[in-house]
Amino acid sequence: MNSLLVADTVSKQFGNFTALNGVSIAVPQGSIFGLLGPNGAGKTTLIRIINQITMPDTGSVTLDGEPLQQHHISDIGYMPEERGLYKSMKVGEQVLYLAQLKGLDKAEAKKRAKHWFEKLEIGAWWNKKIQELSKGQAQKIQFVVTVMHNPKLLIFDEPFSGFDPINANLIKDEILQLRDEGATVIFSTHRMESVEELCDHIALIHKSNKILDGEINTIKRQYRNNTFDIGVEMEASAFAKAETALQSTFKVTPAEFKSLGDELKLRIQLGDQGNSNDLLKQLQSYGQVTHFTEVIPSVNDIFIQTVNESL
Amino acid sequence: MSVLSLIIKREYKARVRNKSFLIMTFLSPLILVGMVFLIGYLTQLNSDTKRVIAFVDESGLFETTFTTTDQTTYINLSSQGLETAKEVAEGEEYFGLIYIPENTENLASGVKFYGEETPPLGLVESIERKIENKLTNQILASKGVDPQMIENVKNDVSLGIENYSGEKSSKLSNWVKAGFGGAAGYLLMMFIIIYGNMVMRSVIEEKTNRIIEVIISSVKPFQLMLGKILGTTMAGITQFSIWVLLGGILLIVLQLVLGIDPNVTENMTNAEVQEILKDQNLVIQILEEAKRLPLVQLVFGFLVYFIGGYFLYSSIYAAIGAAVDNETDTQQFMLPIIMPLMLAIYVGFFAVIDNPHGTVATIFSIIPLTSPIVMLMRIPFGVPGWQIALSVTLLIASFVFTVWFGSKIYRVGILMYGKKPTYKELFKWLKY
Repeated sequence: MNSLLVADTVSKQFGNFTALNGVSIAVPQGSIFGLLGPNGAGKTTLIRIINQITMPDTGSVTLDGEPLQQHHISDIGYMPEERGLYKSMKVGEQVLYLAQLKGLDKAEAKKRAKHWFEKLEIGAWWNKKIQELSKGQAQKIQFVVTVMHNPKLLIFDEPFSGFDPINANLIKDEILQLRDEGATVIFSTHRMESVEELCDHIALIHKSNKILDGEINTIKRQYRNNTFDIGVEMEASAFAKAETALQSTFKVTPAEFKSLGDELKLRIQLGDQGNSNDLLKQLQSYGQVTHFTEVIPSVNDIFIQTVNESL
Repeated sequence: MSVLSLIIKREYKARVRNKSFLIMTFLSPLILVGMVFLIGYLTQLNSDTKRVIAFVDESGLFETTFTTTDQTTYINLSSQGLETAKEVAEGEEYFGLIYIPENTENLASGVKFYGEETPPLGLVESIERKIENKLTNQILASKGVDPQMIENVKNDVSLGIENYSGEKSSKLSNWVKAGFGGAAGYLLMMFIIIYGNMVMRSVIEEKTNRIIEVIISSVKPFQLMLGKILGTTMAGITQFSIWVLLGGILLIVLQLVLGIDPNVTENMTNAEVQEILKDQNLVIQILEEAKRLPLVQLVFGFLVYFIGGYFLYSSIYAAIGAAVDNETDTQQFMLPIIMPLMLAIYVGFFAVIDNPHGTVATIFSIIPLTSPIVMLMRIPFGVPGWQIALSVTLLIASFVFTVWFGSKIYRVGILMYGKKPTYKELFKWLKY
């Protein structure tokens, strides 16, 4: 797959502090790329370098195969973590101004702004000042400003913070639609669960270093450990016997999941040699199997595991 | 449209549409005129108090010297002797008592003034002058000089000042020049401070609003800073142009109003007409002098030095705005800006008015940090072309430097949040 954006061993120092230490990422064309890591890991620095706000000390960044240049600014839409708009400027004027800074001419900017305002049903705000809007409303304006110039690459830093669930969903759908129309999206967040389901590629950054990256399913496959959550309906008196039998071959821990009956609920680690079909057969012999689900590691789990391994 | 001109346009609109801009533009000239009138009125009120002054003249020479006027009533208590007169003056709450001893050689040093409070300087001088004149005349007369002759030989010298090319000048014209130069210099300082602060506040606003990151993902920080400074400069020029226009209109209106209208004076007594003419003369003279000033040069000089001086300082203002998180943190960095401006104003008001072409005035009108204000004050007196050229060149060179320097700090500062930087850290930012 073609990579739209490639960062090659990018490093950045601020005084004695290393913000990025030889980080390389490749963002495939048309993907949703999760740039994940705790606060202060260096995500924002990397994004600022992609936006040409700061220059890397060493390493290079290419967009569409070309080293970053001034004109690439109009190919990128960036919504920073700290949202900001001119408080005393009218919404419409502000949107046009920011779009023009991105290289749109005024007529085109107006057309697209009208289109987006209709789409998000915020047309009535055109002549209001930002300070008259609520925080969530201002966020929508910020979103419009970010996407209005049809950038090839969209970068969202903490995309859903500040949105209520309804608007978060609305924005999520808009982003997915933009992706379907050909845009490439980078999500940067420390709340990994918030974007997990959306991303198809991720890179984990920890203490200025990239510790893991790749296609999310590949990573998860790599980190799966043959663990299943199971539920079996049987007499409560038989629970202990079945559990002991299982414990003799597998690592067994209690499991928590929702169900309708009072089944025996267990999390079973099959280990390297275990076969899920064999387990299923064994369970069937105890009673009616109601649950049999593979436990897929969350990105958060993977992150914690990777950090621990690298220590 | 280029990005820079977009920024300039936005910044200009943001300044000009601000309510305080409108208020400042149209209200402050009115307030200024009002203040002048108020001060004039209050001064008049202050000197309007009527005084009663008694005098005891043991020499018998000064009975006719102290004549009662509108403001001062003189009462002759010579017949009562000094001690009684003192009691009377105190009892009647007279303002004071003048004592003139007997007519001996020590008369001049024996004159005394008794009073509850220290008399104002003007009154003391006026009394001294009266006694001196009388005494001089008296002594001359006693040496056989005819008093009439003394009157005749007295003359009032008023230097007619002309430069080599024949332009007339006078003491009054010097005052008018100093007044205009001083006003222009002072105005320039106010402009630099007010508009510099605007730039600084706007930088802080962008930083605290966090819009800065959105903007500089589209434009270079340097472009943003430059656009901001240029847009604000244009707002300043707009305001100044409005004032020049208003001032011009006021000048014309004043002339029309004060133009001597013969019909008005017909019904007045001769003395009244004389009085009015005298009053008007001064105002008209000042107007005439003002018209003879190199006004075009002054306005042009103001614009050049405003733009130059403003660029010089506002890039420092922008850097300060970028370095801090809120306006209260700016105090510690203001000193380097305010100091040279104050120095320039003091040098202007003391050195330039004392001697516009003296060494101090000349040097300070060439050093970039003070030159805008000091040179502007000197311009009405006529400044050699090479000095203006030198000072403008140095000004341009140094504002190129401060804009570069300011943009370095600005570039780093706008993305730094949280802690108030020290001078040392600012210096480090230059190397980032």
